[in-house]
Amino acid sequence: MPALLTLCRQGKILKTLDFLFQRFVKAILVVLGVVILNFVLIHMAPGDPASVLAGEAGAGDAKFIAQLRAQFGLDQPLYWQLWTYLKGVLTGDLGYSYRNQVPVMTLILDRLPATLLLTGCAFVFSLVLGILLGVIAAYRRGSIADSVVMTSALVFYATPLFWIALMSVLVFSLHLDWLPPFDMESIGANYTGWARVADIAHHLVLPTVTLGLFFTAVYTRLTRASMLEVMALDFVKTARAKGVPKAQIIRRHVLRNAILPVFTFASMQAGQLVGGAVLTETVFAWPGIGRLMFDALLQRDYPVLLGVFLVTAAVVVLVNLITDLLYRFVDPRIEAAS
Amino acid sequence: MNFFKRYARNYGALIGLAILFVVVVLAFAAPLIFPVSPWQSVGDPLLPPSEDPAFPFGTDMLGRDIAAGLAYGARVSLLIGVISTAVAVVIGVSIGALAGFYGGRVDDLLMRFTEFFQTIPAFAMAVVLVAIFNPTIVSITLAIAVVSWPPVARLVRGEFLSLRSREFVQAAVVIGQSGPRIMFTQILPNAISPIIVTASLMVATAILTESSLSFLGLGDRNMMSWGFMIGAARTMLREAWWMSVFPGVAILLTVLAINLIGEGLNDAMNPHLRGRKG
Repeated sequence: MPALLTLCRQGKILKTLDFLFQRFVKAILVVLGVVILNFVLIHMAPGDPASVLAGEAGAGDAKFIAQLRAQFGLDQPLYWQLWTYLKGVLTGDLGYSYRNQVPVMTLILDRLPATLLLTGCAFVFSLVLGILLGVIAAYRRGSIADSVVMTSALVFYATPLFWIALMSVLVFSLHLDWLPPFDMESIGANYTGWARVADIAHHLVLPTVTLGLFFTAVYTRLTRASMLEVMALDFVKTARAKGVPKAQIIRRHVLRNAILPVFTFASMQAGQLVGGAVLTETVFAWPGIGRLMFDALLQRDYPVLLGVFLVTAAVVVLVNLITDLLYRFVDPRIEAAS
Repeated sequence: MNFFKRYARNYGALIGLAILFVVVVLAFAAPLIFPVSPWQSVGDPLLPPSEDPAFPFGTDMLGRDIAAGLAYGARVSLLIGVISTAVAVVIGVSIGALAGFYGGRVDDLLMRFTEFFQTIPAFAMAVVLVAIFNPTIVSITLAIAVVSWPPVARLVRGEFLSLRSREFVQAAVVIGQSGPRIMFTQILPNAISPIIVTASLMVATAILTESSLSFLGLGDRNMMSWGFMIGAARTMLREAWWMSVFPGVAILLTVLAINLIGEGLNDAMNPHLRGRKG
């Protein structure tokens, strides 16, 4: 609230509203772009759009195909088809999965919480660990700790995520038997309350760490580079000359300035995180939309595939929008610049 | 100090070059070392590594030679990595050059277009593209190119924006050189080193994306690839660790090598940035 009050007092409320409006329009345009892209893809795919929508391998028989033709107006002009498609999407209709006999939206909404849980945990894990390691590496620049951290970051940055997933199953589940390799909950255990939370947390460890390690490597490198850049600036020298202890300089002066680019980059990684979730969920049989996408691939269930693509894009746009807005309030320099 | 000396000062970059050299030789020599197709059963199924000297990396559940798969997989990884990056660089340079050189409306329009592609989840889009157009080496290469050009476009735009107002470019305008000619003969050569550094790092990312796609079953069915081998090994994790471990190490080493080379090129081509990296 104080932020809002200050804004009102300075007569900046209009400017902020204008900013909000612009960002919002931009977000809508991106989502609209993905909808149109989906539509174009359906029509560019080899073969009849109706059979693409029905899924290959005989999911739709002649009657289904005819029904689809009518439903999507495939005998109508193209612009009319696009309009019909857009209207559908706007009302939350992402098509029908003929494989699963359920509307695509229902399938996705069922699976979305699991993916948000996994990607959220992996995001926090990688950001906290990455910043911590990056700070240590920058603080002890040139030491053994720095070399170890930076070499590991280099290796994890080059390791395919799905392979880390498999290797961690091999070591921590099959050999050591510490952590469950599959699913989100123990099957048939029917835990309730805190026991269920603990069970899910136990299942969450391997997927979170696997998905998070690549991003940890990214944030570690970025934090270290950003810290070193700020440490070379004049105001840090001044602080040191004043006799401020090194740990305090790092905490109060350097980290606060160095961390913003890391946050900016992290929010831009939302899309990558979703891509990683497809692979992670596939290996760990995690019941999220990534796994849904993989199943749709196997079954050539295109409506689900395109639906997942659209929803993930929308989630990423939303995340970017929220970050933009948060920044506006957190960092006064951004407003001054715009 | 010349380029090679500066590059050689970076030990990581030299190691990277050595590893990549081995991978490239392996890729080219694959048909000579392993005349039999990597899809062919050549031995007993599920032989552990070094049990039979003929199969130092073991065999899979169909008795296919893992070593042959590794060699032929190198071909696919390098081929797709290099070509998709080349295509992405062509797209990115064209869009970035037009936006940076002409500015104004053209710039606005092209940058909104670039932002759009940068916002949407790249891997999910690659999956959708390959799935819809069926997995072939062409569709995979193009899909990876389509999702990886935006950083190049932004980089090239920035370089063009700053170089456009420099005196030598103004001179070219004054003597009446055409827009495209100025772009290609005056500005682009001056922007080439950051493009090369970015492109080298993109090859590594492209190889990771290709392996992820083929792990999901979106690989070209006619070509053995590392991602496919790991995907096929998933169900045999308990029985045959070597089926998934070796192809994974192959990907890791190749990508690591290319990243190291990219950093070495960065140090060698932009020496003034050296101090910043610390």
